[in-house]
Amino acid sequence: MSTATATAEGTAAEEAASPVLSRRRPFKVRPLSILAIAILVILAICWLLPFVWSVLTSLKSETDAAATPVTWWPANGFTFDAYAKVIQDGNIPRWVWNSLLTSVAITVITVAIASLAGYAFSRIDFAGRRWLFAAIIGSIIIPPQILIVPLFRQMLAFNMVDTYWGIILPQVIAPVMVFILKKFFDQVPIELEEAARVDGANRLRVFLQIVLPLSRPILAAVSIFVFIGAWNNFLWPFVVTNNANLMTLPVGLQTVKSAYGIQYAQNMASAILAALPLIVVFLFFQKQIIKGVATTGFGGT
Amino acid sequence: MTTALANQTAAPGTTPGRGPSRKAQNNLSGWAFVAPFTAFFAVFLVWPIIYGFYMSLTGSSLSGSGQEVIGFANYAEAFGDPDMWHSFGNTVLFTVLSTIPLVVVSLILALLVNTGLPGQWLWRLSFFLPFLLASTVVSLFWTWMYNPQLGMINDVLANFGVEPISWLQDEKYAMVSVVITTVWWTVGFNFLLYLAALQNIPEQQYEAASLDGAGGWRQLISITIPQLGPTTVLILILQILASLKVFDQIYQMTQGGPSGVTRPIVEYIYETGFTGFRLGYAAAISYIFFAIIVVISLIQAWVNSRRSAA
Repeated sequence: MSTATATAEGTAAEEAASPVLSRRRPFKVRPLSILAIAILVILAICWLLPFVWSVLTSLKSETDAAATPVTWWPANGFTFDAYAKVIQDGNIPRWVWNSLLTSVAITVITVAIASLAGYAFSRIDFAGRRWLFAAIIGSIIIPPQILIVPLFRQMLAFNMVDTYWGIILPQVIAPVMVFILKKFFDQVPIELEEAARVDGANRLRVFLQIVLPLSRPILAAVSIFVFIGAWNNFLWPFVVTNNANLMTLPVGLQTVKSAYGIQYAQNMASAILAALPLIVVFLFFQKQIIKGVATTGFGGT
Repeated sequence: MTTALANQTAAPGTTPGRGPSRKAQNNLSGWAFVAPFTAFFAVFLVWPIIYGFYMSLTGSSLSGSGQEVIGFANYAEAFGDPDMWHSFGNTVLFTVLSTIPLVVVSLILALLVNTGLPGQWLWRLSFFLPFLLASTVVSLFWTWMYNPQLGMINDVLANFGVEPISWLQDEKYAMVSVVITTVWWTVGFNFLLYLAALQNIPEQQYEAASLDGAGGWRQLISITIPQLGPTTVLILILQILASLKVFDQIYQMTQGGPSGVTRPIVEYIYETGFTGFRLGYAAAISYIFFAIIVVISLIQAWVNSRRSAA
């Protein structure tokens, strides 16, 4: 409960200003700033180097990748062999498809049910609202990790082990998102809705035709975070799938490492292939993602 | 922050009921709206919590045998189980080792970036992008970098005359290696929270301070750091709760080894249940772990309420 409160506390105050994206303080050249730049450049290189090193390795032949002493620049030139091998022989295209399918399904269901619930908690004064909301918010402190044992047993009973539904269904409950959406709906002016209600529109129509279109930015932010979380989730898909054909990308990659053993270039090529979709998502939605983290403090975990 | 809270509670936006029929209508539509979420919530969260507690009182195995209730025997066993305490100790060690740099480094990064340097997008990209990668990708990258003979890190260190180190296989270095990877992977999230907080500090405070003759260092100590207090508390708490749940990257990089020195409590739960086939015992350890998380959350709530009361 308290985690959520602390997390979203800054929301209202910070939403308007859209910090992080706007640069306020002018940059002045002083000795101290030069030092700051030097330190930052070094740190940025440290942060980018793992990418560079992994990309370089993925573009080497296996002989060059396994050469000692280490060669940064391949002696036999760059090659896409590792990528070709990984895509042809491996399960990677299949895993990308599984990840895409399950992540999209999780995102659609999560956002649909969480926005309906968030709207009701914000606008409709129904019996039991308070205790239900308290229960949902209270559940935020429950670490999903403690549920893997009973959930697995449950999935066995439902015959959902090694099925897409088994991967999807336990991941669609996001109490934090209900909380964030409710906070957003609280701030939507009520006048528009009242006018429509007077004209005889029912709750669902008001929600679908007036409130949702006004909520596009927050729905986009929530969707991106749910999608990234689902795409990257490891523990639950790992527990609930054994069949390589049903594995999501992160789970499948874990098996690649042992299967390819010392095929270093192929290992790195699979890692790069797995990272690419998210890098693309980031480049497209940079603003929403950064604003989402900065204003709501949610993401990942 | 307190004003933000006050605003939110002052904007209820519910229509007051106008008689019994309106009330019944509200009940109907309200429950219709929350029904889908509540159904999933009940089946995939509330029920597993109850069922998990029941399982923890049984000798349940993966095959479904041993369903009979054996009381708190699993809990008693867990408290006397050196492996559980060892993995719990590893989790605490990881939390301490990772939380400190994840707060300090993210603060330093945010302070440096916030000096108004050009190329803001590049800094944000460099430090935040790793956060979006899957744990498997991060683990693959870093296992390769830590490779004792072929990895980048020993190659770079060799230039400084450092002998090759078996980062992930050496008991002395394994936990530190995992922590370094974790800092690289997740520091961007805290960095963005700090950056947002820094840019919310009113510029007038700095102007007033420089009129009074306060230099950059003085301003940092007297204005910036105190103003970041609430953000630091928030980051600390989120970080501690996140670090206690660590599993993915450790399992993928070291499998908990060498000799179990990196095995966290979540891995112990996973192994007890799914490779040791003792689901009942694994459920009991889950509940002990849960109790610890609840206690920390309560402490956080208490700190929070004291802060907003002050």
